[in-house]
Amino acid sequence: MRGLKFIIAGILFGIVMSKSEAISWFRIQEMFRFQSFHMYGIIGTAVVLGIIITYVIKKYKLRDFQDNPITFTPKEMSVPRYLIGGIIFGLGWALTGACPGPMFVNIGFQYWSILIAVVGAIAGTYLYGAIKDRLPH
Amino acid sequence: MLEFLSQPWPWYTSGIVIALVMLILLFFGKSFGFSSNLRTICSACGAGKTVKFFDFDWRSQTWNLLFLVGAIVGGFIASEFLSNGEAVQISQATIQDLSALGISAPDGMQPEEIFSMENAFSLKGFLILLLGGFAVGFGARYAGGCTSGHAISGISNLQLPSLIAVIGFFIGGLFTTWVLMPLIF
Repeated sequence: MRGLKFIIAGILFGIVMSKSEAISWFRIQEMFRFQSFHMYGIIGTAVVLGIIITYVIKKYKLRDFQDNPITFTPKEMSVPRYLIGGIIFGLGWALTGACPGPMFVNIGFQYWSILIAVVGAIAGTYLYGAIKDRLPH
Repeated sequence: MLEFLSQPWPWYTSGIVIALVMLILLFFGKSFGFSSNLRTICSACGAGKTVKFFDFDWRSQTWNLLFLVGAIVGGFIASEFLSNGEAVQISQATIQDLSALGISAPDGMQPEEIFSMENAFSLKGFLILLLGGFAVGFGARYAGGCTSGHAISGISNLQLPSLIAVIGFFIGGLFTTWVLMPLIF
């Protein structure tokens, strides 16, 4: 089954996000109150390793499992889009204590009430799609 | 071994595995970005008929939906087999700040005052989760990515737009934490 590898990667992600408590509303509050290094340690480690991984892939022109070159699409430059979108995202992130990944991990963790936030997130995505041409980008 | 794994894992294990997940997805010709799934779900539910933004071949994103399914399974495995039910070990300062807002110290992963079924279906709890989720979904698509797509993948590729997005995440998060929460709770 070709999709199995993605399920396994997701399981790995779900377990580690749970076990490092990154899916906890309390940890997100602690982060936004600058009262612990924990979340900064998680994101910081991932980013430092990510920068090294991306650099090595580009420098040695590494290829994926099908021998295609691994490419990175640069993001189109804009300020309002990323800043306004980012602020709206952040407002919700601190309130629910979960960004999209952890929302779904929380379902597995059997915090069923997070489904309300998931429904909200899908509705929010839909509204963005419906009105995007009227927003500054 | 299982007992050892049942303790909370230190932050660096998480950072290392997140980077590893990003590497695995790159190796399989994909990229790490979770919130795209929300767009895919809209499209799979038929939103493409009414809104052009959702009119794309969502089946090409099946791999990411499988990753999402895996994330749910991972959360289940962690809670059922790798958990000793211990409360989250947050700092004393946070416990004090939150108790001033009427939120009691951790008893599990999430605060009872928002996530217990009783509170989640009170008007306040319901609106917190629904509107919070709504802002996450709307903002992630507006900004073109969430924590995984921007903070991890984007910054790893030294993308200025991703840095701007992450600064936005923090402006919004700090505003909710320091301005909105005292008003809400």
